[in-house]
Amino acid sequence: MSRVRVLVGTRKGAFILTSDGTREQWEVSGPHFAGWEVYHLKGSPVDPDRIYASQSTAWFGQLIQRSDDGGRTWRPVGNEFAYAGEAGTHQFYDGTPQPWKFNRVWHLEPSLTDPDIVYAGVEDAALFRSDDGGRSWHELPGLRGHGSGSQWQPGAGGLCLHTIILDPRQSGRITVAISAAGTFRSDDSGKTWQAINRGLRSEGIPDEDAEVGHCVHHIAMHPSRPETLFMQKHWDVMRSDDGGDSWREISGDLPSDFGFVIDVHAHEPETVYVVPIKSDSEHFPPDGRLRVYRSRTGGGEWEPLTDGLPQRDCYVNVLRDAMAVDTLEDCGVYFGTTGGQVYVSADSGDTWAPIVRDLPPVLSVEVQTLP
Amino acid sequence: MTREKSTGKGTDAAGPRPSPGTSLVRVVLPAHLRRLAQVDGEVRLSVTGHPTQRSVLDALEARYPMLRGTIRDHATKRRRAFVRFFACERDLSHEPPDAPLPAPVADGTEPYLVVGAMAGG
Repeated sequence: MSRVRVLVGTRKGAFILTSDGTREQWEVSGPHFAGWEVYHLKGSPVDPDRIYASQSTAWFGQLIQRSDDGGRTWRPVGNEFAYAGEAGTHQFYDGTPQPWKFNRVWHLEPSLTDPDIVYAGVEDAALFRSDDGGRSWHELPGLRGHGSGSQWQPGAGGLCLHTIILDPRQSGRITVAISAAGTFRSDDSGKTWQAINRGLRSEGIPDEDAEVGHCVHHIAMHPSRPETLFMQKHWDVMRSDDGGDSWREISGDLPSDFGFVIDVHAHEPETVYVVPIKSDSEHFPPDGRLRVYRSRTGGGEWEPLTDGLPQRDCYVNVLRDAMAVDTLEDCGVYFGTTGGQVYVSADSGDTWAPIVRDLPPVLSVEVQTLP
Repeated sequence: MTREKSTGKGTDAAGPRPSPGTSLVRVVLPAHLRRLAQVDGEVRLSVTGHPTQRSVLDALEARYPMLRGTIRDHATKRRRAFVRFFACERDLSHEPPDAPLPAPVADGTEPYLVVGAMAGG
């Protein structure tokens, strides 16, 4: 029987939650790297026992940990993230030039074909790559250098590259998202890049439909349709059917189109999930009710999923990398909250149950479906 | 009460013995870095010549490569902002890295303390 392994990054360590395919009884291991912020963990698609983790604190900086046995043991690998060449400047919140400075790794994306290749999205925003299992890292400088880098400004969480999507059909295509710069795509394995933000409108910037400057929170793609991308922007849920060349809004009847997470059902490429958040100044669910919204029409029309989720006095947030889906026949959907809960639905979102209730604030959730 | 203070008792048994012209410096790491380096208690490092903060940290990072970047910046070797260096009841954090360490540190009477700055979180 298949199993699932949920990788949870929190403000004070990592936790690994495992279950069989019923997803009813769970074992919890952790905290791994206790006391450290773990922004993200992710396993290799070709070797699920190879897991990379981003571990950091303001005190002691960044570490990358690697496991080759499914998270039972870990060892630190390379943690030197040096920008290529002259780092230059981006804009600070007040519009003044600010030297690029490495702060942390937000997201790790292992290659679809080689467990030793892994990408890292970092703050201040840049894309790094390791070809040796995380021992050494080099920047793909064409992203920062493509022309608009000096205009990028940080979002409230920093100038972070938080989303990396590897195209399963076009091996050289990489799509990344940066807060608050927007979405960028490379079709040559990261050498050259273009901004792909046409159709986005953001009220918080002087030119609402500028080429860059949009606070994209997260992007999701179904592997069978890599041309279709779903985006949760600061405000607005968006969709592209041409690989990001153009976007259209699909917020429809959501109670709020502000939010952080977005994901796609494992077997239904037009079934999309978001968690609406009240506003950019009130980072909690509208009306104190934690609701996942599901669209089975690729956006526009949404239904609230509430069975098993708190429907009163709930004021948690769900951060951008804290939702994932498994690939079991009955698709499992998972998300973690800043209140320390990790919820699972083993029936595509119809019903929910907490796996754990009292972890530190959850920063990220990934799931591995194992044989 | 158990408490992971940064004044670990005991020593790292794998530490080298001093040879002529070298000092055996005792280094106390904060709990997070002890766990990362997989050491209990103090670390003892052999340093050639009169030890300085730079030579002690160089020796520390050579013995425990996983500590590189956690105390000092990889490239500039500047102390990370939330890390402090104490010895002999003095704050050496702002001393030049090549200044000689106090004699009691050089002769092993007193340890050199790497401390995570006291801040919440």
